[in-house]
Amino acid sequence: MSLAAIIANLPALVVVVPLLLAPVAALIPVSGAAWVIAVIGTGGALISAWLLQGAVTGGVSFSYHLGSWPPPWGIEFVVDAASALTVLIMAALSFVATLFARRALPAEINERDAGKAYSAWLLASGGLAGLVMTGDAFNLFVFLEISALSSIILIALGAGTDRRALVAAYNYLIIGAVGATFYVIGVGFIYAVTGTLNMADLAERIPQVQQDTVIIVGFGFMVAGILVKAAVFPVHIWLPAAYAFAPSAVSAMLAAIATKAALYILARILFTVFAGVPDVTALALEWVLVPLAIAGIFTGTILAIYENDIKKLLAFSSVAQIGYIALAFGIASSAGIAAGFIHIGNHAIIKGGMFLAVGGYFLALRSRVSLSAMTGLGRRMPITTTGFLICGLSLIGLPLTAGFISKLYLVRALIAEDMILVMILVLVSSALSVAYLWKIVEILWQRPEGDDVPLHGDETPALYLPLWILAIANLWLGVAPAPLVDAANRAAMHLVGGIS
Amino acid sequence: MIDPVSIITDSWNYLIVICLMMGGLFIVISQNNLVKKLVGLAIFQTSVFLFYITVGKMAGGTAPILLDSADVAYSNPLPHVLILTAIVVGVATTALGLALVLRIHAAFGSIEDDEVLTIKAEAALPRVTRAASETDSEARS
Repeated sequence: MSLAAIIANLPALVVVVPLLLAPVAALIPVSGAAWVIAVIGTGGALISAWLLQGAVTGGVSFSYHLGSWPPPWGIEFVVDAASALTVLIMAALSFVATLFARRALPAEINERDAGKAYSAWLLASGGLAGLVMTGDAFNLFVFLEISALSSIILIALGAGTDRRALVAAYNYLIIGAVGATFYVIGVGFIYAVTGTLNMADLAERIPQVQQDTVIIVGFGFMVAGILVKAAVFPVHIWLPAAYAFAPSAVSAMLAAIATKAALYILARILFTVFAGVPDVTALALEWVLVPLAIAGIFTGTILAIYENDIKKLLAFSSVAQIGYIALAFGIASSAGIAAGFIHIGNHAIIKGGMFLAVGGYFLALRSRVSLSAMTGLGRRMPITTTGFLICGLSLIGLPLTAGFISKLYLVRALIAEDMILVMILVLVSSALSVAYLWKIVEILWQRPEGDDVPLHGDETPALYLPLWILAIANLWLGVAPAPLVDAANRAAMHLVGGIS
Repeated sequence: MIDPVSIITDSWNYLIVICLMMGGLFIVISQNNLVKKLVGLAIFQTSVFLFYITVGKMAGGTAPILLDSADVAYSNPLPHVLILTAIVVGVATTALGLALVLRIHAAFGSIEDDEVLTIKAEAALPRVTRAASETDSEARS
């Protein structure tokens, strides 16, 4: 195949490369070889996503017709500023998590299952990329389920070290399936009155439909379903256990990319598909999304302060951070949506990095990483701990880190819309998040009362290099945030542009 | 004036959809048994399949094969195709769910939600890793 043909098919390659390599990985019984396949799959997706982002930076957006069937009859993959940015963030993070998985994944699961685990891994990352790329409302459901089922398998693999992973995976399956079915019900209602499934076509036809009630019902079902997948409070209940009991590498990947894809879908549905009925979406944003987001921010932060298990603590913190992103989308101004996209990127590198560090601790301790088990680890694993701290400081939003940029743009967008009370709540919750981070920092540098727990193996580059890639990304995007901010602004302009 | 009888006769399918949907969701929420929860989930999903098929069916409509006569009404084939996909997804979900229930039964000795939860609270100790338990059994033999 010539180079030109490859470039013309880039939008499909982002999704197809991981999906096609998944069955190959499943057939390979050797863990190392299966890992190579996973690296090729996620790496191929990353290169494609990078080239796509380069293509849309110039302001072009194009659509890829699968099987050469033109939309609205065929399924199209939409490449625009918003989807290319999200796909690039997700592909980069899943690639870094894959690098970490080489040592971490085989240590926590049965060696013989490694090939199948990498297969599920590739399915999850390919499915999530497809979720973002697709311009077809029903095709989106299929990708939603591909990624959900493979994530559930990956979470259940955590049973190798803790059997509670099985219950966490089961609960995610039930809640996730109900959420996805809600989404399908919504699509059914909308299809019944518009007769189309293509998102761009839907955006055109929805304002012409006279039956408002059906549109409102369909909209409600679709948004409710996506909120479940995005783990927005109060339907986040599957998330803490799922992230806490999954294998370390899986936690890092899911925390970095899984909910981000769903949040992107939320933005797309709110600001593109239903742009023609602004009174309905405004109502949902003002009375549902913003209050839930604020409730989620506080619930997540407060639960994190009282949590003792580090992975669960980080998962609760994720619930709070998802709240920030949802809140930013809830502002609904172009600046607010841009802030949401900035935080999608920044939270991915922050939380991905923190989970990678906890994975490093876990492999050294060979037991669940609780606060007390971490006593004095700062001295004994300085490289991992420094990376963890950089990501942690970024999480609370210290200047010169990526997290600060997120908070800055979020607060700016809130002030611009005169949402002063909400802004104060955001600042208070940021201050509260210092509490749980400080708790960890303190214990990391404390001397243990008795003898040190024996560590299994020294720090190896295989485990701390991926972490440091993300830690440096945190610092870099904190000092020179222009690329991400510009891309996020373009994404926001593109989405809101759909309204006019 | 809406005639209650005509509501039932005209929207018979939709009434069934609503009953199945609410019944299924209720089972998912109320049942303690993990297998029964999955049964509820399957009923819930089936109601959506029926909903789509009902939307796509036209009274007196035939399969969408091009006929020469002009006055032929065709049923919409698209919802049927969508539901074929959704059925596959539903089967995969149920299969994965049942596989997880099997593993939960092996690990906890119960498939009742509340019992599993209490066991969880009592024995929060990590299960020995499989690799470790294999070396143990080798040492014993």
